[in-house]
Amino acid sequence: MPAQSPGGSGSVVPLPYDADRLARLMGPGWAELLQRIYRGMLLGRILDQRLLGLQRQGRVGFYGPAMGQEATNAAVAAALGKEDWVFPGLREQLVALLRGHPLPVYLAQLFGNEKDPAHGRQMPCHPTAREVHYVSMSSVIGNQVPQAVGTAWALRRKGVPAIAVAFFGDGASSSGDFHAGLNFAGVLRAPVLFVLTNNQWAISLPSSRQSAVAILAEKARAYGFAGSRVDGTDPVAVFCAVQEAREALLKGDGPRLLESVFYRMAPHSSSDDPTRYQPPTWSEEARAHDPLERLEAMLEHLGVMRASARDLLREEIETEIRRAIQATEPLPPPGPESLFEDTFQDPFPPLTEERDRFDTEQGGHFP
Amino acid sequence: MTESTLIQAVNQALREAMRADPDVILLGEDIGVNGGVFRATEGLLKEFGEDRVMDTPLNESGIVGTAVGMALYGLKPVAEIQFLDFIYPAFDQIVSELAKLRYRSGGQFPCHVVLRAPYGGGIKGGLYHSQSTEQLFTSIPGLKVVVPSTPADAKGLLLSSIFDEDPVLFLEPKRIYRSLPGEVPEGDHRVPLGSARIAREGADVSVFAYGAMVPVAQQACQGLDAQGIHPELVDLRSLVPLDEAAVLRSVEKTGRAVIVHEAPRFCGYGAELAAILAEKALYSLKAPVVRVTGYDTPFPYALEHLYLPSVDRISRAIERTVRAA
Repeated sequence: MPAQSPGGSGSVVPLPYDADRLARLMGPGWAELLQRIYRGMLLGRILDQRLLGLQRQGRVGFYGPAMGQEATNAAVAAALGKEDWVFPGLREQLVALLRGHPLPVYLAQLFGNEKDPAHGRQMPCHPTAREVHYVSMSSVIGNQVPQAVGTAWALRRKGVPAIAVAFFGDGASSSGDFHAGLNFAGVLRAPVLFVLTNNQWAISLPSSRQSAVAILAEKARAYGFAGSRVDGTDPVAVFCAVQEAREALLKGDGPRLLESVFYRMAPHSSSDDPTRYQPPTWSEEARAHDPLERLEAMLEHLGVMRASARDLLREEIETEIRRAIQATEPLPPPGPESLFEDTFQDPFPPLTEERDRFDTEQGGHFP
Repeated sequence: MTESTLIQAVNQALREAMRADPDVILLGEDIGVNGGVFRATEGLLKEFGEDRVMDTPLNESGIVGTAVGMALYGLKPVAEIQFLDFIYPAFDQIVSELAKLRYRSGGQFPCHVVLRAPYGGGIKGGLYHSQSTEQLFTSIPGLKVVVPSTPADAKGLLLSSIFDEDPVLFLEPKRIYRSLPGEVPEGDHRVPLGSARIAREGADVSVFAYGAMVPVAQQACQGLDAQGIHPELVDLRSLVPLDEAAVLRSVEKTGRAVIVHEAPRFCGYGAELAAILAEKALYSLKAPVVRVTGYDTPFPYALEHLYLPSVDRISRAIERTVRAA
């Protein structure tokens, strides 16, 4: 029987689990684990809604929502260990938060203000979080793929029982660095997990036009290791697949490719208008596979989380976000001296001269 | 001191660094069993094993991307790019990642990688084994660019590069890999990045060169002594950082400047030097700055001797500069 979505407009495709099966797949603590994953997914969803709103009000310069990807992000985060390294693609900011990156610091990055550890140098949604081994992302598609291989190899060389995870989208599977990275990983047998987040659209290009291969996970075979595909709107499936892959990698059983397929439920970014290219039926189909509502329906059906508890949780998260925005938004921009920091460890001419004459050049506005 | 060729000095520096620090890892094409196509890594596989002298698949972006990932975890990778001409598949990794990681992460992810690349002409390598495109890299903030011209400097600058905190493109003048042996200090010999070397003192004109053009310019300078022209030859050694003080000091003394490089003239590294002289030494100049460079064409095969700055071309340019006003 399809579960009714409490907040949504229609029914979602139900998740195919009962309590026994969940206990078998996720262990005796399955209920707590799913509650934790659910909380993470809800945080991601509410953040996206709130921040897209701020972007529309002109309070945030740009925003890249991850609606539809919440199950993948939260389940991967739940399956990883503290020493694992994460190389994000475009929409994995939630993974950093769930690994412990403080929300106010993340928001400071979005506002580009003085509390951003990277001094407002990148567009919004590009956090850097070394404290949780979350690598500062680049906007260039695919570049992080071979980098994750290098870090995975370094982890193994140092004898650290941990893996590197590289996220990238269906579009990135066409990039040169996808090939470079997977090929190097196969040859080096590096403990790296490639998570291909297939939201079926690379801006306007459907994944059917991205590759003539229907299942992108099959590409792993050409590099000499296993690839598998998972329903990315099913957090149980994603969690189990990542956990299994991680254990294999720690045993030295080569790299793995995991293709997580889900629906992009929002524009590519705040600058995008998907009505130009998506069929009118898309959002309906996407809503039927809303990962958040699928999990909500299952947790309610299994008696793990009632609607009232969910409302409380939602309120708690909304308060947390509101407080973080209130604390962060009014902060001043980064100090102008930060313009000249971090290009090199120790700057030298002409950079130091530019720094020294900056004040005069700018008309003496920065005493 | 032992007498070594420049390529042997590179090998000694790599060995020295790898003995001193287990985090130094070499990777590249044909660098293991084969010891590198120029033999820069000869014998290193045997001493340090496959984990530290890594033969990689043929993909420069993969080499640099993997090296970036190693460096993010704290290793000190030294990647060999077989020829500078083959570095372009990795240009994105260099421009977008290697040179930007420290900046874009607010210093959280410094990314120290050394890229060694043989560069330049004079070996009958044609279009794709001869180019000198340092100007593409000197214009990327966040990347250091170093070019030795002697065996001793090759060792000293490479060791400094490997233990530097910033990414370095280390350009090796393959034309003089073997042709000009010299004394090389034993042990942990380091030459600081950003210090030029006065290759020859003189009073009448300053000649600026780097890499394989240094010995050519040296010969031109020596030939002019008989005519009573005594040029000062400045070997820049490091293009980023540039030893600007040494450049200005020399021109303040001589009042004249000739800049020599293999790369094409337009927007070449010499243009930056000329601009610095125009901005900061104009009143010391007694004659226009002159550049002797490769022509603004791709690199030729059969006529490379006419394309590359020669002793004759450099001598004539120096004479012209000295006789102008």
